[in-house]
Amino acid sequence: MTLRVDDLRVHYRTLRGEVKALDGVSFGVGDGEILGLAGESGCGKTTLGKSLIRMDGRMRLAGGTVSLDGAELPIGDDRRMNPFRFKRVSLIPQYSMSAMNPTRRIGRMITELLASRGESVDTAELERRLDLVELPRDILGRYPIELSGGMKQRMVMVISTLLDPSLLIADEITSALDVSTQKAVARTLVEFRDRGFVRSMIFITHDISLTYQIADTIMVMYAGRLAEKAPASVIVSEPRHPYTRMLISSLPEVGVRHAERRLSGIPGRPPALLDPPQGCRFRDRCPLAFDRCAEDPPPIEVAPGHHVACWKA
Amino acid sequence: MMLSLEGVTKTYRVGAFGTATLTAVDDVSLDLVPGEVVSLIGESGSGKTTLGRTVLGLLTPTRGRITLDGAPARPGKAYYRHVQGVFQDPFSCYNPVFKADRVIKMIKDEYFPGVAASEWEGRIEKSLKDVGLDPGQVLGRYPHQLSGGQLQRLLIARALLLDLRYLVADEITSMLDASTRIDVLNLLADLKSRGLGVLFVTHDLSLGNYISERAVVLYRGQVVESGPTAAVFGNPLHPYTIKLLSSVPRLTARWDGGDPAVPAVEVSAGPSTLVEEEPGHLVRRSGTTLTRSVS
Ligand SMILES: Nc1ncnc2c1ncn2[C@@H]1O[C@H](COP(=O)(O)OP(=O)(O)OP(=O)(O)O)[C@@H](O)[C@H]1O
Ligand code: SF4
Ligand SMILES: [Mg+2]
Repeated sequence: MTLRVDDLRVHYRTLRGEVKALDGVSFGVGDGEILGLAGESGCGKTTLGKSLIRMDGRMRLAGGTVSLDGAELPIGDDRRMNPFRFKRVSLIPQYSMSAMNPTRRIGRMITELLASRGESVDTAELERRLDLVELPRDILGRYPIELSGGMKQRMVMVISTLLDPSLLIADEITSALDVSTQKAVARTLVEFRDRGFVRSMIFITHDISLTYQIADTIMVMYAGRLAEKAPASVIVSEPRHPYTRMLISSLPEVGVRHAERRLSGIPGRPPALLDPPQGCRFRDRCPLAFDRCAEDPPPIEVAPGHHVACWKA
Repeated sequence: MMLSLEGVTKTYRVGAFGTATLTAVDDVSLDLVPGEVVSLIGESGSGKTTLGRTVLGLLTPTRGRITLDGAPARPGKAYYRHVQGVFQDPFSCYNPVFKADRVIKMIKDEYFPGVAASEWEGRIEKSLKDVGLDPGQVLGRYPHQLSGGQLQRLLIARALLLDLRYLVADEITSMLDASTRIDVLNLLADLKSRGLGVLFVTHDLSLGNYISERAVVLYRGQVVESGPTAAVFGNPLHPYTIKLLSSVPRLTARWDGGDPAVPAVEVSAGPSTLVEEEPGHLVRRSGTTLTRSVS
């Protein structure tokens, strides 16, 4: 197993108190697995991704452990994390396209990045990978601003996997792209996994239809907790958690005639995480809620590899 | 009352001394009628937002004309009484220090100064209820205290206070979660069944497919395909439309190993025309070639 996360709790410090953005999340990512992480805005996807590589100043590890390739990943210790970053765990952050340093030519940026990790550029390998993602080799002499969205995204993918990390976390890397570019980028991720440029991957997106195309497993989060995790096809065709079911059935699709069939959304909003309610967090939006839901439903394995946190599952 | 676009073209001067021109919208004609949603589908840079803004009088067409009921559309009170827009980022339309009731009151000051306060309150209540909002819950709130879906509905409610006939909705659901997005789409469908005409601008084909009667696909400022939604999505004829549709992720099918043999998108600079391949289903064909058989 590449990654193992146990009872992870990460809070944001704010003036009004601690926002419990991750409140006891446990899961694993197997060797060679692409885990799709889905859920509504604010459910904690980015927080989870960041926690595994670099906590920002307002984040606090409130509990839990993480192991990578069988050894502890010291996520709460900024300095001890250094040898892991980029080499063993790599992150493509949400909005990374605008995060590339605009004043550096791309080639120079790569050289500096690797030097800061005590590594040097293997030019032949870099060029091989550029060819693979169909980027021209002379891109190394250009500035980030000269690249289109799709080119930037492929460039970021190449850079962040240069040292063949065990785990790549890709946070909404296709959300700003047009559909045809989105497809090319998503497929490139799969190819990177197949070629061993990364062993395993967490692919974060709010778009379940997209994650279904490339993920082996999908994990749905709700309000800082795991709602359901299962093989991708099971999540899409036999979801067991009421939230997953409602989410899937709220998605319009091409190739379907909707004229006679109205879809429906999920009334209400997720609870605030400053002071989350007791019990199941989906309770006040859930049509199946009953007395028992005032207690926390623990995730249970309802079938091999299929975990659901719901009393009715 | 029909809203017509005839040969609408918008060019911009670009380059160091304005020496080059960029054609953002190229000779687009289309009609909007009451009770119909037309989706305007295109990727970034296709000109869909420029076209939407032109309809709203926020941009002046370089060539071509827009008419409402046969009369040239002139931006101003008379036009905006009937034609309004709602945009992608609802937060940017609001001054963050105004509460919702103030935003709505601005409509009264501008358009209905003579209406008595009590009657006005009744109208507000009705239009909020029409979009599924509880007046007591939203009116006293600042924008950041509302969800994206609530804000989008509030903006639609504000437009409904006018004698609204047409709504230009530009990517209005792209900031919303899937669970709330569908409610805003269903709201448009309700308003449509009560006679509103909607120009639904989107890059998301699945939303266009869900909501619209007719679909218009834009590529580099030109209409490449248009027609009844079922025809455009069920039997796409232009290579660009085919390519877009094959890229859309679906829950009913995974992308297969190889890409289907998608014909290369013609980027011929030469003359091309829209050819009617089936009743109402228009496809752009380059001047010289092709009358492809309908498969
Ligand atoms: N710096 C911060 N200070 C306080 N709260 C924060 C901060 N950053 C995030 N949060 C809160 O933590 C929770 C999780 O946020 P996170 O960004 O992880 O969500 P997400 O699932 O990535 O959402 P999105 O889909 O919008 O990217 C939210 O309730 C959010 O409001
Ligand atoms: S535990 Fe109860 S409230 Fe929560 S999802 Fe299940 S049935 Fe609904
Ligand atoms: Mg995020």
